[in-house]
Amino acid sequence: MSKVYAYILVMAVVTYAIRAIPLTLIRKEIKSKFIKSFLYYVPYATLAAMTFPAILSATDYWMSSVVGFAVAMILAFNKKSLLTVASCACAAAFIVELFIR
Amino acid sequence: MEVGKISDFRDGCRDAIPICLGYIAVSFAFGIESSKAQLTPLQAVMTSLLNVTSAGQFSALSIIEAQGSFIELIVLQFIINLRYMLMSTALSQKLDPELPTPYRLGISYGVTDEIFGVSVLKKGKLYPMYSYGLIFVSVFGWVLGTFLGAESGQLMPHRLISCLGLAIYGMFIAIIVPDTRKSSAVMAVVASAMALSTLFTYAPILNHISSGFRIIIVTVAVAAAASVIAPIKEDGDE
Repeated sequence: MSKVYAYILVMAVVTYAIRAIPLTLIRKEIKSKFIKSFLYYVPYATLAAMTFPAILSATDYWMSSVVGFAVAMILAFNKKSLLTVASCACAAAFIVELFIR
Repeated sequence: MEVGKISDFRDGCRDAIPICLGYIAVSFAFGIESSKAQLTPLQAVMTSLLNVTSAGQFSALSIIEAQGSFIELIVLQFIINLRYMLMSTALSQKLDPELPTPYRLGISYGVTDEIFGVSVLKKGKLYPMYSYGLIFVSVFGWVLGTFLGAESGQLMPHRLISCLGLAIYGMFIAIIVPDTRKSSAVMAVVASAMALSTLFTYAPILNHISSGFRIIIVTVAVAAAASVIAPIKEDGDE
C-alpha cells in the first residue's frame, strides 16, 4: 500500500508545479491568443466532461441522480452559490430515494 | 516592498469563511470516496493537504484504486489542473513585481478556483499576508472535511452517503454553468464536452479508454476547437 503514498506525492508535485511556475516565472502577459483562449476554455471542458455522464451513477439509483442533476443545473443556472447547489442536489436525491427504496 | 500586516491576514481569514464551509461539504464527499477507494484516513488527509484540488483529487482516486500508471496520473493531473496556470498567471499580475520568490511559492500553494476567485476580485495589490489568511482557513476546512468523511463515512447511513456522492458534481456544475449565460461559446463548450464524454463512455471500442484519458481527450479536443472557432477577445473575460 506504500505505492499509494507515491501516487499522492507525484500528483502533489505536478499540481504544485503548475501553480508555482507561472507565479514565480511569468511576470509578463501571455501573448498567444490561442493559448489564452485554450486556457480559458479548459476548466469548462474538463469539469463538464467529469460531471457527465458520471453524475448519473453517483448515487445508488439513476432516478435520484437524474433528479439531483436537474436540481443542480437549475440552481446553478440561476447563479446560486456553490454550497447551495451542492447541498440542494444531495437533498433532492435523498428525498427521491426515500420514495423508491 | 510590502507583504501586508497582521490585519491583512485577519481579513483573509474572514473572507475565506464561505469557502471553508463549501470545502467541508465537498471534501467530506472526497473523504468518503477515498475510503471506498481503499485509502486510509491518513492517506486521504495527506492527499487533501498536499494537493488542495477537488477535481484533481477525485479523478486520481480511480487511478489509485486501479493501480494505474504514473504517466496516466501525471498527464491527468496536468490537464485537469492546467487551469491553475491561467489563474497563477493572472494572480502574478496583482503581485508587487519586487515580491521575492519565497512569498510567491507560498501563494502558489493555495491557487484553487475559489481562492483565486476571491483573490483576483480583491481591490488593489494582493498582499501575501492576505493570501495566507485565505489559504489557512480554506485549507483547514478542506482537510477537516476530508478527515471527517474518511473517518465517519462508514458510520453514516448508506442512503446518506449515496446522496453525498452528488456533492462534488453539484460543485462542478455550480462553477461552470453560471458562465454559460453570459457566453454562448462557454455554453457550447460545456454541452459538447458532456456529449463527447457520453459518447466515449458508451460507444463500442471508445468505451475501453480509461476514464482518466477520456477526460484528457475530451478536454483537449473541445478546448482547442473552441479556441479556434471562438478565440477570446483581448482584455475580455477573466
